[in-house]
Formats: sequence, structure tokens, C-alpha cells
Amino acid sequence: MNGKTATPEIKSIKDFMVFIRGELKPKGKILTPFNVISAPVMLLGVILIAYRMVKGLSSITNLSQEFPWGVWIGFDVMTGVAFAGGAYVLTFVVYILRSEKYHSIIRATVLNGFLAYVFYAGALVVDLGRPWHIFNPIIGNKFGLSSVLFLVAWHFLLYMIAEFIEISPALAEWLGWKMIRRILRALTLGAVIFGITLSTLHQSGLGALFMMARGKIHPLWYTQFIPILFFISSIFAGLSLVIFEGTISHRVFSDQLDHEYHTKYNDILVGLAKGCACTMLAYFFLKVLIFMHGQHWPYIHTPWGYWYLVEVIGLVLIPCFLFLRGAIDRNLTVIRVAAVLTMVGIIINRLNYTIIAFKWYVPLPVHYVPHWMEIETTLAIIFAEIWVFRWIINRMPIMRHPPEWAIEQEEQIVR
Amino acid sequence: MDRRRFLKTLGAGILGTAGTTLTASRLKAEGVVGGKEFVGVLVDTTRCIGCRSCEEACAEAHDLPVPDISDESVFEKRRDTSVTQWTVVNRYETKKGEVFVKRQCMHCSQPGCVAACLVKAMKKRKQGPVTWDENCMGCRYCMVSCPFDIPKFEYNSWNPRIQKCNLCWERLKQGEQPACVEACPQEALVFGTRRELVEEAKRRIYQRPEKYVHHIYGEYEVGGTEWLYLSAVPFEQIGFRTDLGTIAYPEYSTGFLYAVPIVLILWPMFLMGVSYITKREEEIGREGETR
Ligand code: SF4
Ligand code: SF4
Repeated sequence: MNGKTATPEIKSIKDFMVFIRGELKPKGKILTPFNVISAPVMLLGVILIAYRMVKGLSSITNLSQEFPWGVWIGFDVMTGVAFAGGAYVLTFVVYILRSEKYHSIIRATVLNGFLAYVFYAGALVVDLGRPWHIFNPIIGNKFGLSSVLFLVAWHFLLYMIAEFIEISPALAEWLGWKMIRRILRALTLGAVIFGITLSTLHQSGLGALFMMARGKIHPLWYTQFIPILFFISSIFAGLSLVIFEGTISHRVFSDQLDHEYHTKYNDILVGLAKGCACTMLAYFFLKVLIFMHGQHWPYIHTPWGYWYLVEVIGLVLIPCFLFLRGAIDRNLTVIRVAAVLTMVGIIINRLNYTIIAFKWYVPLPVHYVPHWMEIETTLAIIFAEIWVFRWIINRMPIMRHPPEWAIEQEEQIVR
Repeated sequence: MDRRRFLKTLGAGILGTAGTTLTASRLKAEGVVGGKEFVGVLVDTTRCIGCRSCEEACAEAHDLPVPDISDESVFEKRRDTSVTQWTVVNRYETKKGEVFVKRQCMHCSQPGCVAACLVKAMKKRKQGPVTWDENCMGCRYCMVSCPFDIPKFEYNSWNPRIQKCNLCWERLKQGEQPACVEACPQEALVFGTRRELVEEAKRRIYQRPEKYVHHIYGEYEVGGTEWLYLSAVPFEQIGFRTDLGTIAYPEYSTGFLYAVPIVLILWPMFLMGVSYITKREEEIGREGETR
């Protein structure tokens, strides 16, 4: 199945319609365990979202005047975007540093990043109280230039465009559009440079959002370096997700990959593990510096201090060490365990800023705890993303080789 | 227009805009914008008797449900402002007896909520009030960024609004005083320009030093607020946060915002440079192969 997927001969609108109709049909078994679980969850999600649009946010969330932001911001947006960080890191490595080694996973990673933005940042629409005004900051119904959120909103939008351009050659290959592919391919480097710049700014921008929540976030977490911490952690958050996601898609889509790929893949994982270990070490030292500088010793012997240690030692330092060990011994299992631990750490870190250590002085009964329906809709959104991801992987050359003509074109571009 | 002139105008334009925004924030820090002084209210908590006339007047002025002010049971527990109550009066037991404290938006001189709002739905008016507008997207970032937790959101509505005290902006425009100030039978609330109010507050402390703590809450807190408070007991005993600092809240995010244009220029240059170098190497490598 490798390599030669038939490129359609599309000459007229009618051909196109026939082709699309064929591609829309599901491929493979329908009654898989994953489908059986995810379909009802997504259906319920749609119903809940519709209900929320009519009845207001309080109908399905536990948000309150004390806690204006819940899991939809804390998990979907903050964590989802951090996990999407793999795309900018790998485009940097592949297109700027021109490291051939990672070329085979770049498309899956960028696609993942793109879909994460569309779905998780898109979940913001559900969270906005007046979502039909979402275009106001874009169309200029007042520009809040002093707002970090204004910046983040614009960067999200532009970044989605940049990532779409980065992934679009695959789309053109799927449709057999040779000329268009050539044009889109020519835009890649520009899109990559633009994309990396935007990523730096909005990954750190998400952290900068909390700068004005100064009196509300526990001192162990609040520092003026939040933006930098968010930026650095998005690097290993993204890479860990690439390791995690790659491990799963490898099993699921193994029929699309050739033998050569499988042997190379171990090298890739080891390389990614090294990347994680280095950035995590840097992150850890920054954390220690901030801790010392802020003279936070008195907080350590409190429940919050222990919680802080769980995050910084248990879910940064230990996985960092595991990555290192795994890379030295070329032990892929250890690397995968480290990736999962790191991801848990990132989730907890982002939730600390938005929910857990936010208003830490409020007694527990008043503190925000997500409603099951908020979690339900979050799950529905994650499943929807996986469905779309799978649909695309099964049709476009994301994991498998591009068609012959595209490879020829590629060689011409490089020369 | 020839090119040089064009560039010059462009440069002047950019510098000019930057200049005005910077000076605007400077002036704001002094409580004056566009030659106008901010107005505000001085609350003397030692005079307040907890009659809640201000609550009633506020509700009437803004078409909110009018509270039953004869009901004293409300003092049993601490109340927060809400979507239907822009101001509330709380009772505190202190060493100096019962103290009643009115609470509402502080109308900060440099408000966190305004700096947070990405569509300028939150707006600092030239006269001082901070108001809310319908182009709001409902992101609730203003709530996250307000040091006093003031903006309240209508979670029950499909078309929610942010609800908070607007310093009776509609009345101020007509030259009237805020409804609560007018309704107060004890003159516990005084309306005036912020400068006058600070002077008046200092005068009261100076004349009766044994009666007041020597602090005007709001004079410097979070960079200054238009509502100022006097008290007989330390402010943390009557529900005020005293750990907020004197730096205006928007300042906390300016560091990041200033870094943005630098990143926007330096990163692409750096990336292009690296890309150029690696490309050259690739070509050399290729030539080596063919040779
Ligand atoms: S008290 Fe809060 S809502 Fe009122 S002006 Fe200040 S920041 Fe804005
Ligand atoms: S909720 Fe409305 S007023 Fe508040 S920051 Fe968002 S857009 Fe502005």
C-alpha cells in the first residue's frame, strides 16, 4: 500500500463530486470499540452545547462569579495549545535546521497541531458568553490593543492560517492538483517562519494572560516569568505529545508505513527524548531560580508546597531523568512512560494556573470543581478531533509516501 | 508625494501614535486625562449607619430589583455584589464596634479590567467612570484581571452582560451626582474630583487623628482608585485586601506587550538567517556527493 496511492484524474466538477463522494464514505470497520464509545459521547456533546446556547453558561457548567474560567479554558485552551507546540518545534527542526531525520513525522505533527487549534481553541466559542461577537476583535469593532488576550486572539487566527499552508501540499496531493501544490509548497518556508514567530508569542501570551491575576494565584506559581515558563514548557509538552501520539498512530495506521520507516522511527523517538530532557532541565532550573529568588521556602511545608513539589519534582524532574535514561539505553518503553508523565505534568501545571491554585484562599466548598457536563463536552471535542484526524490520515498522504509526481516536484524544488 | 516625504510622514505617524499612547497612560497615572480631572467618591465608614439607602437608590437608578432595606437579616452574612446588585453594604464586628462598609466597583485610575478587555467593552471614561458596552464577547477576562473581583457575569442568560457599578455614568453626563451619594442620609459618601477628595480625607484624618487609621484606602492601592475609603480600624478588618500593592495592574502585562514587537522582528530575521546557512550547507553537501 505504500507509495503509490492512485492520484485521481479530475477534469470536471462532476469528476470532483464523484471523487469527494467516494472519499466521504467511511473506510474500514465501523463497529470498532473506539467508535462505539466515542459516537454517543459526541452526540451527547452536541446536545449539551445546543442546550448551553439557549440556557446560558450556568446550565451545564459550574462557573461562578468567583471562578470565571473553568476547564474549558484551563484544559481545552491552555493545555490543548501547549500540546500543539510540537508543530512549531518540529517545523523549526525540519525546515529551518533541515534535519532530514524527522521529515517522516512532520506532516502528522503539523496536522495534529492544526486540528488542535481548530478544535481546542475552537472550544472557546462554547465558553464565550456572547460568541457571535467573536469576530469583534478581528473586524475592528474596537481594538483592545492593551489586552494580552487581543494579541492571543490574533495570533491564534494567523497561526491557524500558517499551519494550514504548511499542511496544504498534502491536500493538493490528495486532490491531484499539481500546479497548486507547487505554489503552496513555495509558501512553506514563509509559513514556517511566520508560524514559529507566532507560536513563541502566543504560547508565552497564554501565560501572560495571568499576569493581572496577581493577587489570585498562589505565590508558588505566580511570578513575572510565567510567559517564559509557558513558552519553554510548550516545547517539551509538544514533543511529549508527538511521542505519545506517534506510538498510538503507529499501531492504528501501521498498514500505511513501510519497513524503512519503522526502523528509522526508533531513532526519531530517541532524538525527541533528548530534546525533551534538555528543555525540561532548563525549565527545572528556571523553576529553581524563581523559587530561590522569590524566597518561597516558608510555603514548602504547607499542602500547597507539597502539591508544588509533586509538579516540579514528580512530573518535571523525574520524567526528565527518565527521558535521559531512555535515550541513553535506547529503551523506548521508558521514553513512552516519561512522555505520559510529562503530559500529566503539563495538564496539572496549566490547571494550577487556571483552576487549582487560582483563588487558593477560597474554602474548598466554594472552590470551582468542573461539572460532569463540562468534562463531557471536552471529551466530545477531543473525540471529534480524533475522528477528523483519522479521516484525513486515511485519505491524504500524511503518514504514507506522497504520490510519485509530488516526489519529483519536491526534488526539483530542492535543486 | 516622493518617497522620502512618504517615509518621513509614516515615521512621524508611528512615533506619534506611540507617543500619544504613552503620554496618555502617564497622564492617567496622575488622575487627569485630556485636561479633565477624574471624579470619584469618598466613603467615610465611620459615618455609615448601614441604612442601605444607597443600595435602594442604585437599584432604582439602574432598573435593578429594588431590595427591601428594612430587612436587617442581610447583615448576618457577608454579601458580594451580584448581577442584580451593583452595590452592597456589609456589617463587620470590630474592636471599635459595628462598622458598615459599602462595596462596589472601585473605578481604578488604571483599571485591570480595561487593560484586559480585547474589544474595549470595558472603558475608562475621561471623567473617571469605568463602563461596560454591548460589543463585549463574554470572555470574562475582565473578571480574572480585576483586583477586587468586581465584574459580575450573567451566567443564566443566553445573551449575558457584565454587570457592575458604572459610577452612574448616565447621571454624571447630565451633571448630576451618583444616585447613592445623593441618597445617603449621613453624608458618609462625598462626591467630587479625586484631588479634592484626597484633600478632604487628609483633612479629616488631620483634625481627628485619634478617630481614623492614617491611611486612605484607594489613594495608592493598585495605582489609585476613584473610590476612596476612610476607616477607624485597619482596613483588613473590614473586608479590604491590603496585599494588592501600589502598582497599577496593567503594568504587570506591559513587560510582555513591549517584548512582542521585538520578537516579531528579531525571530523572523534569525530564522531566515539560520535557514540560509543550512540551505547553503545542503547545497555544498550535494555538490560533494556528485563529485
Ligand atoms: S475595581 Fe475592577 S471592575 Fe472596577 S475599575 Fe477596577 S479593575 Fe475595573
Ligand atoms: S467579558 Fe466582555 S467586557 Fe469583559 S474582558 Fe471580555 S469582552 Fe471585555
